Amino acid sequence: MNASPARFLLVVAGLAAALAPLWVLESFHLFQLTMAVIMSLAVLGLNIVTGYNGQISLGHGAFFAIGAYVTSILMAQADWSFYATLPFAAAICGMVGYAVGLPALRLGGLYLALVTFSLAVAVPQLLKHKALEAWTGGVQGLFLMKPDPPRWLTSVLPLNADQYMYLNVLIVSGICFLLAWNLIRGRIGRALMATRDHPTAAEAMGMDIAALKTGAFAVSAMITGVAGALSAVAVEFVAPDSFTFLLSITFFVGMVVGGVASILGSIFGGLFVLFVPNIAESISRAAPGVIYGMILIIFLFLLPEGFAGLVRRLLAKLSSPGNPQPK
Amino acid sequence: MTISRRLLLAGSAGALAAPNIAAAQEAPGVTATEIHIGSTNALSGPVSSYSVISRCLEAMFKRLNDAGGVGGRRVKFTVYDDAYQPPRTLEQTRRLVERDRVAFLFNQLGTPTNSAVHRYVNQRSVPHLFLATGADKWANPREFPWTMGWQPSYRVEAQIYTKYVLEQRPNAKIALLYQNDDFGRDYLHGVQDVLKDRFRSMVVTATNEATDPTIDSQIVQLQATGADVLICGVVPRFAAQAIRRVHDIGWRPMMFMTNVSVSVGVVMQPAGVEKGVGLITSDYRKDQSDPAWAQDAGMNEWRDFMRRYVPDGDLGDNNYTYGYGAGTTMIQVLRQCGNDFSRENVMNQARNIKPMEVATLLPGIKVQTQPDNYNVIRQMQLQRWNGQSWERFGNVIEGAG
Amino acid sequence: MEAFLLQLAAGIATGGIYASVALAIVMIYQATHHVNFAQGEMATLSTFIALTMIQAGLPYWVAFAGTLVVSFVMGALVERLIMRPVQHAPILTHVGVYIGMLLIIGNMTGWVFGYTIQMFPSPFEGGKPMLGGLISSHQLGSVVVTLAVLILVYLFFTKTSLGLAMRAAAYNPRSARLVGIRVDVMLALGWGLAAAIGSVAGMMVAPIVFLDPNMMLGILLYAFAGALLGGIDNPPGAVMGGFLVGVLENLAGAYIVGTDLKLTVALVIIIGVLVLKPSGLFGRVVFTRV
Repeated sequence: MNASPARFLLVVAGLAAALAPLWVLESFHLFQLTMAVIMSLAVLGLNIVTGYNGQISLGHGAFFAIGAYVTSILMAQADWSFYATLPFAAAICGMVGYAVGLPALRLGGLYLALVTFSLAVAVPQLLKHKALEAWTGGVQGLFLMKPDPPRWLTSVLPLNADQYMYLNVLIVSGICFLLAWNLIRGRIGRALMATRDHPTAAEAMGMDIAALKTGAFAVSAMITGVAGALSAVAVEFVAPDSFTFLLSITFFVGMVVGGVASILGSIFGGLFVLFVPNIAESISRAAPGVIYGMILIIFLFLLPEGFAGLVRRLLAKLSSPGNPQPK
Repeated sequence: MTISRRLLLAGSAGALAAPNIAAAQEAPGVTATEIHIGSTNALSGPVSSYSVISRCLEAMFKRLNDAGGVGGRRVKFTVYDDAYQPPRTLEQTRRLVERDRVAFLFNQLGTPTNSAVHRYVNQRSVPHLFLATGADKWANPREFPWTMGWQPSYRVEAQIYTKYVLEQRPNAKIALLYQNDDFGRDYLHGVQDVLKDRFRSMVVTATNEATDPTIDSQIVQLQATGADVLICGVVPRFAAQAIRRVHDIGWRPMMFMTNVSVSVGVVMQPAGVEKGVGLITSDYRKDQSDPAWAQDAGMNEWRDFMRRYVPDGDLGDNNYTYGYGAGTTMIQVLRQCGNDFSRENVMNQARNIKPMEVATLLPGIKVQTQPDNYNVIRQMQLQRWNGQSWERFGNVIEGAG
Repeated sequence: MEAFLLQLAAGIATGGIYASVALAIVMIYQATHHVNFAQGEMATLSTFIALTMIQAGLPYWVAFAGTLVVSFVMGALVERLIMRPVQHAPILTHVGVYIGMLLIIGNMTGWVFGYTIQMFPSPFEGGKPMLGGLISSHQLGSVVVTLAVLILVYLFFTKTSLGLAMRAAAYNPRSARLVGIRVDVMLALGWGLAAAIGSVAGMMVAPIVFLDPNMMLGILLYAFAGALLGGIDNPPGAVMGGFLVGVLENLAGAYIVGTDLKLTVALVIIIGVLVLKPSGLFGRVVFTRV
């Protein structure tokens, strides 16, 4: 492809943009950006099952919570290191995602939305349950410590805990994004989208719809779960009140506004859900939720493909003005 | 790659040093003309009925500024919304401390929300004062010397009720209804603290969620156990339901209600004023609808303040008397600081408040702190509903120190 | 035994609340084949409007009727202005719009009316409590009102040509248009009626649980469970479902899983119904041919 050198430059620019904050931003804004990256990762997870595969989930906050709690319990109660907990959190969330995906096979769009919405509402209560209290810390929650940067790194590059956390989040998210991008680009991604758009035809062509759909749920849950694990350590605290149904709605809004079925859209979505509440608060202190909802509806009306769609259209116009655009 | 890395390293050394170059300030958040105080509250979302506390405090600081401020400086009070979500509380608190560089934090709302920033503020030595929560864990000067609550803790309140029950009915069977969150759990712990081993034989419990439509089922369940005492740690909506329901099913236990949910306008009237006769609660505040305080100097001071500075505020909402009390305490600490508003001195003054009467607190109940005792208000008085108002009885009781 | 009966009665009492909201959900489903997540918030807003009218001095039933009209208009406007532009959009967009409305209406209600709980009067007050004090005269009255609305709805859909036209428009818009049915009018009508029914539910529920902007959140979940359990295309079934859910939730909370897991019971009911018998206990099974 003759776009290779352009592509390479784009990647380098992207890397520079991602790493620059380490030196440009001070602690608080870096912390915010860290949270935005985590949100982007969570939205990416949602995008895989809802955007690319058409199964509407309004309950992804549940997977986020599970990932957060697995990491917190292992770190706080069993003294594991942060890195060791990550694959564990991913695996458990993957399994739960698969378990959710199984009954989801029988449910169509709206009903699945309903079920996942109910899950989101029930999650805080489940987390507070007495039977789990010894592990989860119940309503009081659990405290964690961010990992300190290791000696070999600080001797080369002086980083504080906030900067180190950002780097960690960047690397883990980067890996997940890369994996997701690879998945979507390939056969499986096309199969997921085919299942979304033309389920009957897909089945007639011999695709194993059940495996695809449950697999999509599993992968989606895994990625959002990893985001949850990262958030637990970034905030250094988990409590059931951090995972109300509003969280699931937030991911959904991020996905729609950022761009459904788009990797870039997930990044936009994460930035959106982190920074817009602050903007909404400055517009209307009493009712930022109203502004939030209005933005969502405006996007659905005017920009159904989200920011990513807008960017794509702009780029298309810039790259070949006047030429007929192939689909 | 090597070149850019050197550039980056050079840049890093410079950038990392940058945040330390602060504007000419005597102490963080303090200039020659201004003291910047920060707070967070649930300004939006389900529990935003407490946001009026922040409104009350803003009005109090405005009144203070109109009268010339304190230490020759005006107070700038910034409140950010955390929608009662702990991660957001952390974000907003970090914004206050690291970006806005406030002098200190005051009256942040909520237990899980303050828990999220508890360690952060103590690590950074930022005074975390007079939190708007009655959880027990804020009075811990040894481990968290920068954090201090204000109202008497729910746990102490439950202890007081249990002690009273043991005095009056030593062989009582106690039913406990509590909300399934840290607010309600504190009541459970308070009862456990007093009964210890007798808890299992004497107490039956039921919980409710904030999202439950009604608590009828729990009330029925508890009545069926034959309990003759009922202690409730629930929010106003369920308090009103409970009072009504207990009366309607013909159950007449000795009933206690958390002082968070005893407002006349918000709880007793919706429940039905005749249905709550005999209900016992405690309080540390004067109830504004109690005719005993109609001519009271302190309450008139509060009413005058509301009239001039919060004209559209609901006088029946006891969040305003709460806010007035907390604000008075804060302003007293500021006055004690003299001209030194550094974080160390603010904290020092906060932990050395001589017993002080406050306009909206019951007579005999004083605000006070010592370096080893962070329970700012540690006294309460029991009161009983007589169908029209709350009648105080007994003496002012001091809870755990 | 007495305790069990009391729990049963409590369950029926709460079930009445769920049943009336379930009816609104079913109404919207009958008219549009969609489930509106913002139904609860719209009902709450209507109830606040009713309270404003009552506090302005209007007698109860006048305010009641006024609220019905206002809610009807609100629902129809929502359909026209918000649902119409996206009616051909994929289902994801629809869900997004419902969520958006949930956020806007819910927060707006709180902003305009405040979050402190309020009393809402009942037209049935004054009677003696029955069934050991569990069923108040209001609850009995509201059950009667729910049943009355149910009968009206049932008759409307099955016996009137307008009702038939509305059902046709929802099932098969294209064929309905070919037969001359104004599908867009039917949809607006459906939304208006659903909003009106929702407002009735709100006004019946508020005296029991006290009015505040978050009144409906917990109820909505149980109402969904009830509507699904009874059959989402079946008004009488949904009402039965609402009562069943109330009883199940109370009994399970009291005897089986404890009060800490009542929301989970609702969740389990929803999942169980959708997986095992998606048409609900009383609904009709629909086969889709490829």
